[in-house]
Amino acid sequence: MSYNFKFDVLLRYIPEIVQGVLLTLQFSVVTMLCGLAIGLIVAMASISPLMPLRACARVYVEALRNTPLLVQLFIVFFGLPSIGIKLGANTAALIALSINMGAYGAEILRAGFQSVRQSQVEAGRSLGLTAGQTFRHVVLFQAIKTIYPALASQFVLIMLTTSVVSSIGATELFHQAAFIDSRTYRSFETYTLITVSYLVLTLGFRAFFAGVYWMVFVRRPRR
Amino acid sequence: MIREFGGTDIVYLIEAARWTLLLALTATVGGGLLGIVVAVLRVIPFKPLNWLAIAWINLIQGTPLLGQLFVFFFGLPLVGLSVDAWTAAALSLSIYASAFFGEIWRGSLQSVSQRQWEAGAALGLTYAQRLGHVVLPQAIRISVAPTVGFLVQLVKNTSLTALIGFVELTRASQIISGATFAPLPVYLTAAAIYFVICFSLSQLARMLERRLHVAR
Repeated sequence: MSYNFKFDVLLRYIPEIVQGVLLTLQFSVVTMLCGLAIGLIVAMASISPLMPLRACARVYVEALRNTPLLVQLFIVFFGLPSIGIKLGANTAALIALSINMGAYGAEILRAGFQSVRQSQVEAGRSLGLTAGQTFRHVVLFQAIKTIYPALASQFVLIMLTTSVVSSIGATELFHQAAFIDSRTYRSFETYTLITVSYLVLTLGFRAFFAGVYWMVFVRRPRR
Repeated sequence: MIREFGGTDIVYLIEAARWTLLLALTATVGGGLLGIVVAVLRVIPFKPLNWLAIAWINLIQGTPLLGQLFVFFFGLPLVGLSVDAWTAAALSLSIYASAFFGEIWRGSLQSVSQRQWEAGAALGLTYAQRLGHVVLPQAIRISVAPTVGFLVQLVKNTSLTALIGFVELTRASQIISGATFAPLPVYLTAAAIYFVICFSLSQLARMLERRLHVAR
């Protein structure tokens, strides 16, 4: 048995793939931003002096990090309508992804806050800076530098993870694969091509983030 | 006929979780063996082999697992391998795990201080003796906690095999959800089962981290 690999039939679908890439980028950016916003709240709760707040933050982080995204997605998309909350596929996908990212974002941000040594704050204050100035000029830059690599790789991870939301029909890159597959009947070629598209995205973004890191933190380490 | 979501369904879900665990276990063993190869190729003092390992890791970590699953599911039959969902799932998860295990273990190997190698050499040990008696025992201690930590990712990622029709916990939940029209309790139960497995592993990893890292 021999199989004729025909990747050329897919050439016609390049516009669909480009569109899928753009949608995946949209999903990733929105998820990253919403997830970081949630993560910031949870991270602040997790270092607050109030025990109940810390407990809530910990439950949230552990619950989200110890269950699969796919199941979280199904709970939001298939489960919530039974208590009267109906969501479109894209909305459900973005909500599930953001809530999921919130748990990872919280851990990253908490690590960032805690990485800056207290003595740095004291040094800033003893130089006569206000609390706000100390945060802006002393703490923030160092914290961002510490968490930058984690945030960058988290972004790439989100990009790859968005493929999962195609399973509820949310329209991103992997969803286009199902579309092209249904038109061409070339499943193997289609999924190979889509998977390679993700690889190009991943490598591109890793290079981009590394470049930004070098420009911002390496080339001029002091401000 | 629509029926209620009840005790038998929960039993069915727990039974389906066996397949989740079996798949994770298979991927751990398969991925572990492959991961050793990846880690060794990555640190061996021969550049082309290093590049090969780096390319492998980038390829696997740079593409979504779902894509890898589909490529195997649709690709293996083309090379004449009769393939059921189990084969495609076990294979792609093993390959997925190999890249991560490879990186974890390379990191552990390289985090053993270079001086340990030098000390071994100064004592007149051969390369193999230095590796086997001095470096590996320390590297293994370092690697245990992150290895267990990665198992959480592996267990969670077995859920994706539901999408190629392998009946594990998530696919079983879809089936029960279709039969009972009670998606919320069904998926919440599934989430609870995943949580019990993954949280135990997380806690184990955390405990190992504390225990094994004290004397460093």
